[in-house]
Amino acid sequence: MKEAYWEDTMHSILKTSLAAFVAAGVTASTAVADGHALSGEFKIISDMSNPAPRAVMEGLVEDFGALHPGLDIELTIVDREAWKTQIRNALGANPPDVVNWYAANRMRPYVDAGLFADISDLWAEPEFEALASTKGAMTLDDKQWGVPYTYYQWGVYYRKDIFDQYGLSEPTTWEEEVANCQTLLDNGVKCYTIGTKFLWTAGGWFDYINSRTNGYDFHIALARGEIEWTDDRVRQTFANWRQLIDMGAFIDDHQTYSWQEALPFMLNGEAASYLMGNFAVAAMRDGGLTDEQLDFYQFPVINPDVDYAEDAPTDTFHIASGAQNVDAAKEFLRFVTSADVQTEINGGDALGQLPVNANASIDADKFLEQGFEMLSGNAGGGIMQFFDRDFDAEMASVGMEGLQEFMVFPDNLDDILARLEETRQRIYN
Amino acid sequence: MSVSPTVPSTTPQRGWYKRNEIAITPWLFLLPAMLFFAVYVIIPIGQSFWISFHQWDGLGDKTWVGTANYERLLGIGEQNIDRKFEVSFWNNLRWLILYLLAIPAGLFIALFLNQTVFGIRLYKSLFFFPFVISQVVVGLVFSWFYLPNVGLFDVITGWFGIDVRGGILGNPSTATYGIIAAGLWPQTAYCMILYLTGLNAVDPEQVEAARLDGAKGRKMLWYVILPQLKPATFIAFVVTIIGALRSFDLISVMTNGGPFGSTRVLSFYMFEESLSEFGFRMGYGAAIAVVLFFIMLGFIVYFLWSMYQDEKGAH
Repeated sequence: MKEAYWEDTMHSILKTSLAAFVAAGVTASTAVADGHALSGEFKIISDMSNPAPRAVMEGLVEDFGALHPGLDIELTIVDREAWKTQIRNALGANPPDVVNWYAANRMRPYVDAGLFADISDLWAEPEFEALASTKGAMTLDDKQWGVPYTYYQWGVYYRKDIFDQYGLSEPTTWEEEVANCQTLLDNGVKCYTIGTKFLWTAGGWFDYINSRTNGYDFHIALARGEIEWTDDRVRQTFANWRQLIDMGAFIDDHQTYSWQEALPFMLNGEAASYLMGNFAVAAMRDGGLTDEQLDFYQFPVINPDVDYAEDAPTDTFHIASGAQNVDAAKEFLRFVTSADVQTEINGGDALGQLPVNANASIDADKFLEQGFEMLSGNAGGGIMQFFDRDFDAEMASVGMEGLQEFMVFPDNLDDILARLEETRQRIYN
Repeated sequence: MSVSPTVPSTTPQRGWYKRNEIAITPWLFLLPAMLFFAVYVIIPIGQSFWISFHQWDGLGDKTWVGTANYERLLGIGEQNIDRKFEVSFWNNLRWLILYLLAIPAGLFIALFLNQTVFGIRLYKSLFFFPFVISQVVVGLVFSWFYLPNVGLFDVITGWFGIDVRGGILGNPSTATYGIIAAGLWPQTAYCMILYLTGLNAVDPEQVEAARLDGAKGRKMLWYVILPQLKPATFIAFVVTIIGALRSFDLISVMTNGGPFGSTRVLSFYMFEESLSEFGFRMGYGAAIAVVLFFIMLGFIVYFLWSMYQDEKGAH
């Protein structure tokens, strides 16, 4: 669900961004045109339905069409939430050539059912080396099944003015994090706001505390069902988490709020920080926070023996295995991931996120810059796709429900873990 | 000898259809309805049964698993009963019982409104209003009403020093009751309308006769009015039971099954397993649907039986 909440503040720039696309298209054409002209029908179904992404998608198609005038491109844009269930029917009979989806385990059902085309040959091309950082997320069974087009970092967004008021600085270790939190609580400010009504926000906290406690490899092994939920190392993760819960670090009654409904606590200064994806920045700015008041830090170290791992969910394009116009589809994926197009579509006036191509440039935005720096320089452990994309779908839904219950009734932990373990054994055996 | 002339057959050979007209025509009229009923009701029920014996993600091939889905659901054999199913089942029972409160409440309001004063039509339509607005809107309004700290309900209970932890909908022990109360609001209005129409049909002569005999108040209601309202009561009962078993939209809007799954009912659980974002376990979802079907079947059989009894009595 997290990916659905793009903020739509940028549609006024539609015209300027279209002009920019054309410029980008011209440069891109020299890079990708390899002689043979593409023709025929080319069908795309996209889930980029919110205003800003929609403008981006329409711009992409327009530019791609300008490069390949022989193509008859048919773009269908489907509501982003609805697409999560419609994709199954769309890929079935008479499938389109290219569709949007998500990386990692979320691809699993379509890969297993043979509905996504294997595009490992595309990834073997030299241009795709610039996308190496996301290759792992696109790989299942040692093959690649799609290309990314955008991603965004997660981390702790905090009220710098409140931190300054109480003489706090960005924590880098768990001890500092807890000490900061205690100071805030002593002054009547909650440390973290969160809304767990739709569960996934709790998944973010688990991703971070678990990967900081036990490392990326352990976290991914747990996601693959190779480790028991009742393992002592998992319990250690929950023990660390419980430290914060027992302090009263999280806002009360968070199980009744959505993530947006939890925002006012931070805007009013009742809570000082929010572990969130970068898409929340637009909402915080809309809520009246200035860049002087709002800042970002990487989730601190808990266990110094493990490297940083970061949540950075990736959105993707895939070719349907039943695609009629495979040549055009591959050319489109090359086009979307090329450096210039990546720079363009991820700019602050378009998607406002991070480009997947290492040769693309980042928009001058302090959160994007910090995020890019963090992901490229300080995420040695690995990149997680987020709880509900790394874990098996059923495990994720049972798991997130358990995480929410833990945050409200931490004493139920044994019961929750037993339940998750039972589910794990059923799903993975 | 006169030759008896062969009597020309006065009835010329009629077509096959003409000969069987009486027998066939009813079936012809029934055919479209039967066809649609089969395609949209009977066959899908059969398919649900069939799918419930498989493991299927809705995309690939079905794998036959026999009764494994039911064993998991009901905890037959070594495994524990599916806890989500258990919670959903008990919640369904809570809905069934508490939802019936709409019937006496509707009757009470109907009796109250069954008078002739200035503007009574306006009052009646205002009382009926909650049934007209969408369940989704009802759910939203109530979830704001129940919000912790700022919601009106929390403010009111605060005056009496009661503080529900997490708010009504955030507390697993109160959330289901909160949703049922929201559902009762439109359902009461529905029952009220049924009773208002029923009251129009009450025989004034009987009422007058009863009054002459000295009946009034509660006795009048119990022995004279209510027996005449029996058809209305029956319909109110049917729609309320069905409404309770279909309680899906309110749950979806108000809590989405939460907190931690404590407000699930069978229909919601079925949807979650088979059609939601993290679902697509079609076999298991179908097994839940089958169980729900048998629960409903119990009520339906009872209704059919009592209708049959009534008709027999009428003849």
